[in-house]
Amino acid sequence: MSTHPGQPHVLPLHIYWGVFFALVVGTIGTVWVATFDLGPWNTPIALTIAVTKGLLVILFFMHVKYSTKLTWLFVAAGFVWFLIMVCITMADFVSRSWL
Amino acid sequence: MSTEPILATHAAAPHGASHAHATVSGLPAPTAHHFVDLVQQEEAEKLGMWTFLITEVMFFGALFTAYTVYRNMYPEAFLLASSKLNWRLGGVNTLVLIVSSLTMAMSIRCAQTSKRGLMLMNIVLTGLFGATFLVIKYFEYSEKWHHHLMPGPTFNYAEFGQWGPQARIFFSLYFAMTGLHAFHMIVGLGLMTWVFIKARSGHFTPRRYAGMEISGLYWHFVDLVWIFLFPMLYLLGAHHHLA
Repeated sequence: MSTHPGQPHVLPLHIYWGVFFALVVGTIGTVWVATFDLGPWNTPIALTIAVTKGLLVILFFMHVKYSTKLTWLFVAAGFVWFLIMVCITMADFVSRSWL
Repeated sequence: MSTEPILATHAAAPHGASHAHATVSGLPAPTAHHFVDLVQQEEAEKLGMWTFLITEVMFFGALFTAYTVYRNMYPEAFLLASSKLNWRLGGVNTLVLIVSSLTMAMSIRCAQTSKRGLMLMNIVLTGLFGATFLVIKYFEYSEKWHHHLMPGPTFNYAEFGQWGPQARIFFSLYFAMTGLHAFHMIVGLGLMTWVFIKARSGHFTPRRYAGMEISGLYWHFVDLVWIFLFPMLYLLGAHHHLA
């Protein structure tokens, strides 16, 4: 699905507008949800919306959906490494009080 | 001459039909001699930018990790401190960045489809929305400064009752994370200036627009960081604020 010389991979306009409106709706939605006190659920809901918005930006605005498998690998590796950092750090801090 | 190695046809000297355009316009041949073809070259350019963006994920990631650790330690203090942020201005800035990402994506699409006027307009709009973000950020920072919420000798501990020192940690993280993000926006404005000058001189064509494409990757990435900063910093205490 990579681009070819002289024939750029042009996405139809409705994809860009669709992603844009989804991002706006996501922003309004996350603000609306945040005005309620849902106890422990505020953060998971906010992060779910943020991850969804982030995926839309990465896949469509950054054209990763239409990029080569090597690009997919690079992008995924970056975020997996970040998750490793957060998970191992939090595994330490959360379990300290168990001792 | 027919036994000439295939790589030679990709050398800088244009002698094939595929290079005629480059010669006519006076621009350098689009494929550098160390790449097999334009597809490989563009792949390398995009991967190069993604490699840089992965280091950026680590750069911001360390701050996100610090935030997660301290928020887990002092949830009440973070909730209270977050409620002092103006989520309306933060929300407006989120929308401003989303619009700027749309105009960025549109300007690249215009480069792909040879729409010169629209391309230039979208680049200018992207820069203007980026500047709008920074102006709003300036007003937010000056308000925090006047309310003594900037960590330092005059930090207003009393505002947070028993959670003064812990609230200060929140504001240290707030200024470090949004400050680093704002710095990236300023760099992005410099990139947009470069893209505009190059685009106006006809540098980007449907065949060759990688400079715009990877500048766009950077711009979208900075938007991506804000998509996470907004709920984590501003919305955490929003219900506290409204209650």
